[in-house]
Amino acid sequence: MSILLKKETSILVQGITGSEGLFHTEQMIDYGSNILCGVTPGKGGQHATKNNLPVFNSIEDAKKKFKIDASIIFVPPRFAANAILEAIEQKISLIVCISEGIPVRDMKKVKIALDASSSILIGPNCPGLITAEESKMGITPGFICKKGSIGILSKSGTLTYEAIDQIVNIGYGISTAVGIGGDPIIGSSMIDILKHFENDSETEAVVLIGEIGGNMENEAAKWIKNNFSKPVVSFIAGQTAPKGKRMGHAGAIISEGSETAEAKIKTLKECGISVSKTVSEIGITMKKLLGEK
Amino acid sequence: MKIHEYQAKQILSEYNVPVQRGYVVSNQHDISETIQKVQNDFNSESVVVKAQIHAGGRGKGGGVKFCPNYKNALEASQSILGMNLITPQTGKDGKIVNQIFITEAIDIGKELYFALMFDRSKNADVFIVSTEGGMDIEEVAEKFPEKIVKAWISGETKPLRDAINKIIESLELSSIKNAYTFFENIYQCYNQNDCSLLEINPLVITKDKKLIALDAKVDIDSNALYRQEKISSFHDKTEEDPLELQASEFGLNYIKLDGNVGCMVNGAGLAMATMDIIKHCGGEPANFLDVGGAANVDTIKNGFKIILSDPNVKSILINIFGGIVRCDRVANGVIQAIKELNLDVGVVVRLQGTNADLARKILDESDIKLESAETIEEAAKKAVAMVS
Repeated sequence: MSILLKKETSILVQGITGSEGLFHTEQMIDYGSNILCGVTPGKGGQHATKNNLPVFNSIEDAKKKFKIDASIIFVPPRFAANAILEAIEQKISLIVCISEGIPVRDMKKVKIALDASSSILIGPNCPGLITAEESKMGITPGFICKKGSIGILSKSGTLTYEAIDQIVNIGYGISTAVGIGGDPIIGSSMIDILKHFENDSETEAVVLIGEIGGNMENEAAKWIKNNFSKPVVSFIAGQTAPKGKRMGHAGAIISEGSETAEAKIKTLKECGISVSKTVSEIGITMKKLLGEK
Repeated sequence: MKIHEYQAKQILSEYNVPVQRGYVVSNQHDISETIQKVQNDFNSESVVVKAQIHAGGRGKGGGVKFCPNYKNALEASQSILGMNLITPQTGKDGKIVNQIFITEAIDIGKELYFALMFDRSKNADVFIVSTEGGMDIEEVAEKFPEKIVKAWISGETKPLRDAINKIIESLELSSIKNAYTFFENIYQCYNQNDCSLLEINPLVITKDKKLIALDAKVDIDSNALYRQEKISSFHDKTEEDPLELQASEFGLNYIKLDGNVGCMVNGAGLAMATMDIIKHCGGEPANFLDVGGAANVDTIKNGFKIILSDPNVKSILINIFGGIVRCDRVANGVIQAIKELNLDVGVVVRLQGTNADLARKILDESDIKLESAETIEEAAKKAVAMVS
């Protein structure tokens, strides 16, 4: 099994005709994702990708022809919030938004609509998710994933890849890897995703990757202590990051003491969670932890 | 993006938020005339001279002076304009004051602290107020946490009303006539201008019982600048680190640090993790640099140029996880960039992902002086060894 995304999940691509959207749609198709069609307003009736997928003007139009489980968004940031709102309105169960640079004010509106709906949003500003050897929605390089029982949950794209790679290289595999994004407002929190991993019988352990900024890692640590039954290895990036400087991700900025890497590592340890000292030791820390059991 | 106090007050005024008024001066020749204009226009014999830099603690560094008369104001203005102002937030090098704001003096009854920002834990905007105006909010939080009141708003009408009423009650402002509209207008200003922070410290209750913003600090969400034309024009490039500014023109995300091991990485999280492991291996990172998804010859060349503009850099670690970009292409890009730039510092390259083995072979067989590494830790150790 896996979480959120399976081989049969039927997927629509919002922004399929843009250069990013087109490129990654083909990558996803090559990986085996069940992509049915795309949406680009004004380009309804056209076809895109080497598979000649139909393009619609809206999700509403697409739904007349296809049953859509999930939507992935590659829309420029100034239009991305409306794309998410459209997917929420059309009751798409799983929405993944890759776009980086959406204004916070727009995401506040999205968050209100999302909370009132039953849709799940991953991102924005994230690499998306991949269920090993089944399907991917996003930009994670598929070839690094091998099927297995470790779940990955991360705020950062390349750190997700790094963790997958290390886990595979030490002989384990991946159930699902989820990049939730590093923006101040994101659709799914660490706790939201951990709940899915807890209920997934094939995920035996989880790698949790955080960074400076916000308090999500601290909240996740406390939640894990009381609610999560599986082993967790964590890593927090940004121990050398200066206060008050935005480190790439819009949300990666230390504005109070609890948001530092040091404070988060301390909280994780206090909650009994293994912390990988450096980024190089994520795989080996997992191996040690699972070996002990 | 940060803007200056006088610019923030200009925006607040558009929303009918009362502010301490004044005029900005950037030239010594205009000082005298401007002081007189402030005195006449605002009917205020005493004036305040305030350095305009993007850093707090200006008063502590001597960048804010109360001047009871014209003569004092002239002296203060002449010395503050052009001075190198060092405050607790500027760093030890300080900042040159290119503009001063000469304002009316306000008859202060009581000083409060006010801020409006987004609370990530609660996914809502929050008013933060305190009766300890003028003091650093961090200091208040540490010494008198009970004096800080927070009220959250989630974007709809009623929560805003409730939040404002809570503030008025906790600060005992019910006798202040303009209190409700003051906070309501500030919220509209914050929301419509895509502010990520709107701080007023101090927020003053005048002796005749009115609220006035004595200072104003506003940060704008950079992602929203495309629709904030006026605020975009407030961008003061002289306030930015020149290297960071140049990097952003190259489309690179660079932040200068104090160490001597430079690094070039794809992805912000991996870039931070790379800095951390340099430190872990006994070195000090010289920078944060995220070259983004497209690690081609040009981005690598520009990355080298930026890193090497910092004279402290003695070695460079390149750490690229090739997912969509193939590592062999990155390797060829690195070699070409080093050749074209005649690099003379040590370079360690760690490439992982698509075609990583082929990439290592290309690097090892090239006639360029560089070292390759398989893990990040190995790469960090090598880069640190080069500087010690």
